[in-house]
Amino acid sequence: MSLFSQPVGVSHYLVVGAVMFVCGVVAMATKRNALGVLMGIELVLNGANLNFIAFGSQILHREPARTIGLDGQLIALFVIVLAAAEAAIALAITLNFYNNQGTVDVDRADDLSG
Amino acid sequence: MQSPIIWHTFFFFLFSFLACVFAVAVLVTSNIVRMAFFLVISLGSTAGLFFLAGADLVGSMQLMIYVGGTLVLLIFGVMLTARSPLISMHTPSGEWILGAIVGGSLLAVLLQIALSPKAWQQGPELPPAAYTAVEAGTPAAAELARDPRLRPPQTATKLGLGLLGERVDKLVVQDPTRRAGMSGYLLPFEIVSVHLLVVLVGAAYLARARFRVSD
Repeated sequence: MSLFSQPVGVSHYLVVGAVMFVCGVVAMATKRNALGVLMGIELVLNGANLNFIAFGSQILHREPARTIGLDGQLIALFVIVLAAAEAAIALAITLNFYNNQGTVDVDRADDLSG
Repeated sequence: MQSPIIWHTFFFFLFSFLACVFAVAVLVTSNIVRMAFFLVISLGSTAGLFFLAGADLVGSMQLMIYVGGTLVLLIFGVMLTARSPLISMHTPSGEWILGAIVGGSLLAVLLQIALSPKAWQQGPELPPAAYTAVEAGTPAAAELARDPRLRPPQTATKLGLGLLGERVDKLVVQDPTRRAGMSGYLLPFEIVSVHLLVVLVGAAYLARARFRVSD
């Protein structure tokens, strides 16, 4: 299998990250359930995290001195923590919306539109 | 001659296949319970990809915080709002077509950028001694011992020191203008800690049950 005999490079990771990012963006745009929009955000953040890890990895690059080093992993840790905070606050808002309106359809959240 | 299978590459393709397929499954299904389940698999496979890139602490944090914390929170949200008309909400097909056009063009741009640089297309080759039995003490064994892929990455101490403001991976930076930016992550760490505390207190305040006294 020539597919499995090539060493993995940064591009492989970037392709996976791009697919997850695009899936998340389209899910954010098309889902009507507010929790589905939230899951799209999680996918976007994970695709971005994958890119940070790939750019910081010494394993994937031919010249390890030219990677961004530990910065990639540190930024990925911050992204994970901020995603946890964002999920907590978004879930609280969604539950409040559900208690007030009896639905989680984002198209019904138009009380503030003129 | 048939070149041997690199198991690192094999597991990369396994985990990336799982991550991409279940990310697409999250997008195409309209059942919110199934979406949550597919998201668990997709993010768990991403943790596997982190391990394969040598980020062992970030991979385990991904499993513990993301899959074990954030997604459990999301699944609680799904269960609390799961009434029968809300479980499966269909998107009109016009929005699907528009989303497919926008997503397809975005994906084309991102893939072109990801695949164009020559230095990114292939990783470093393993030394040929990695495929044979090597005796201890020979130069080939010393070369294998230096290879970062054949060593446990052990990033936890380095990352912890980085969060405290010491960068053990970049102790010496010759350029004085770049040296000013190498001061570690102590201030962002403190900011994100206080931010997390404030957000969790605010979320608990927002989501608490309100009992109104009717008159």
